[in-house]
Amino acid sequence: MIGTQLIDEYARAISDEKQAAVIDGSSKGTEHRYHVLHKDYQDPDALRKLAASIKDHTLHHLGDYLAKAEQALVARGAKVHFAATGEDARQTILSILQSHGVTRLTKSKSMAAEEIHLNPFLIENGVECLESDLGEFIIQLDNDEPSHIVKPIIHKNRREIARTFLREGIAADYNDDPETITRRARVHLRAKYMEAQAGITGANFVCADTGRLTLVTNEGNSRFGMAPVPVHIALVGIEKIIPREQDLAVFLNLLGRSATGQQLTVYTEFIHGPRSANQPDGPEHMHVVFMDNGRTDVLASNCKEILRCIRCGACQNVCPVYRQASGHAYRSTYGGPVGAVLSPLLFGDRFPELADLPKASSLCGACNEVCPVDIPIPDLLLRLRDKAHHAHIHSPAAIPMSPFGTLATSPSLWRTAMTMSKAMNHLPIQVAPIKPLQDWLGQRTLPESHGGDFRKWYKSRRKT
Amino acid sequence: MNDSESRTSIFAKIETANAALKTRAPLPDYDVAITHSPGKLEGSDLWEIFCRNFKAVNGKPMSSVDELAGFLKSTHQLHGYCDPALFDAIGSPLAAAGLTVETTYDRSRYDDYQFGITRATGAIAESGTVILDDERTSHRLAALSPWVHVAVLQRAEIHRAISDAIAVFGASPNIIWCTGPSKTADVEGILIEGVHGPGEQIALLV
Repeated sequence: MIGTQLIDEYARAISDEKQAAVIDGSSKGTEHRYHVLHKDYQDPDALRKLAASIKDHTLHHLGDYLAKAEQALVARGAKVHFAATGEDARQTILSILQSHGVTRLTKSKSMAAEEIHLNPFLIENGVECLESDLGEFIIQLDNDEPSHIVKPIIHKNRREIARTFLREGIAADYNDDPETITRRARVHLRAKYMEAQAGITGANFVCADTGRLTLVTNEGNSRFGMAPVPVHIALVGIEKIIPREQDLAVFLNLLGRSATGQQLTVYTEFIHGPRSANQPDGPEHMHVVFMDNGRTDVLASNCKEILRCIRCGACQNVCPVYRQASGHAYRSTYGGPVGAVLSPLLFGDRFPELADLPKASSLCGACNEVCPVDIPIPDLLLRLRDKAHHAHIHSPAAIPMSPFGTLATSPSLWRTAMTMSKAMNHLPIQVAPIKPLQDWLGQRTLPESHGGDFRKWYKSRRKT
Repeated sequence: MNDSESRTSIFAKIETANAALKTRAPLPDYDVAITHSPGKLEGSDLWEIFCRNFKAVNGKPMSSVDELAGFLKSTHQLHGYCDPALFDAIGSPLAAAGLTVETTYDRSRYDDYQFGITRATGAIAESGTVILDDERTSHRLAALSPWVHVAVLQRAEIHRAISDAIAVFGASPNIIWCTGPSKTADVEGILIEGVHGPGEQIALLV
């Protein structure tokens, strides 16, 4: 259908209830986050530009820093693994678990793990694998997919969650009070932590100078998931490296504020090898799996700036397209503006499947304005549109642009069209039997044309 | 690909990607003071600055064992764990006030402990954060499973800014910054405290 992108179809297909939840969840707090950043810093722009330059430096020297981090982690008693693909990462993690005889584990939220669909893989291979972040836990119960980086169940409301808890036996009766839901999850999950034999986490940052991993959560689930178990496995994208511990002050101050408006998340964990000898709790074994899964291809592309991303979700919250369509419309792990760039790139040879995503943007630039690492997302979207064009991948534009191109490049044609457009005000176009026109008008209200008025005014102004 | 083939492939692809760069971004030279938040740091007494910011994240600062005993009794948190090294200073007066205080943490009874008292190895005034450190915290779980966690803090251990606390990380394998009680807003963006960890985070100055 002319005028319909795939993402439009998703936006139309979602229920009013779900759309209301996404709009409310993404817009709630956006102003607050912006206000916090500006209240706390006279020049927050300087901080995010600094963060961008640290990330660029790291990416441009990634080989050196990755090797340094590996060396430092090994020196601290961690075992370091590398996985070129998602499948390699899955097999590596499974073999680590088997070597320790692990059949039950809990996992804290990790976008890298989402990317490689780790949970279903481990479950198929006989490992009980339970998500411990409240939102991700609910996603797992519903066999659903997260739709936001920071708020995975932004698309669900309390009634759906209460029904899930009842259906899955987490609760004996229906109760949709958010506090009751949370308490019930608390009781259920802490028993699972204590029974588990391993904890899987991601990592927000890895400092190359010492190998220290940083993990942030508000719920404390990654900490609880690791405290009672003997084995910790961290799955880390290779772009998570930062040069030095001192750089953490830059990134931590930006991450919490951009994600949720907090200066710091409640739990910020710095993990630097297996537990100390005098500590009775905590993992005796630490494994770090550095995963590529398409990142080196992104590094080699003209969109490498997207690898600066620290997964705060601010661009999703502020994006008008994301708000209407929800994260699932992006048909990949990463939704919203970051996803419209990253997902098609990470898809590699399957780029054509997601080549429409870079077009699902009005290029309003709000994503770049809120980005804590100053990723020029609109520019990257244009580069990907260009890539799709050169690869002859044609997904529908919102309106066919070639007639517009002809008009806009011919001053005389443009002038004539402007004058003629006034005639539209008197034509019964609302009932014209032209299907593409009706499709288009079905989504938009055509304003009254004032074509030519400006030119007329400007001409007369010059004469006086 | 196995582990070592993956390693070779990743490093080779990074090398190829970056070899194509005309220029490489230098490591920026900056003063960590750029990360400090002037408004959060207003004041001269670090404990006072800490208290203001800790309260802003719903933490409860206390400066006497009597105050702690009163809080625990009034909220019916009557049975808990105390790090043996802190028993004389804190556990014993609490026991004298009628509370049940154990000095061993039995993980099979993780839900029996309503409060856990462990050492904080520092705090951050700028963010209202208490710092726990594996090397010097008696039990990770005792600071995590009880509803109330009491982090016992000394005035000299309060850092001014986040960057100051990072600068003294040291070698501990597990440092945890706790900035308020465990919380979530996953359900419709509504803030709920006490998700997996403590619903009350107390900093007790000794």
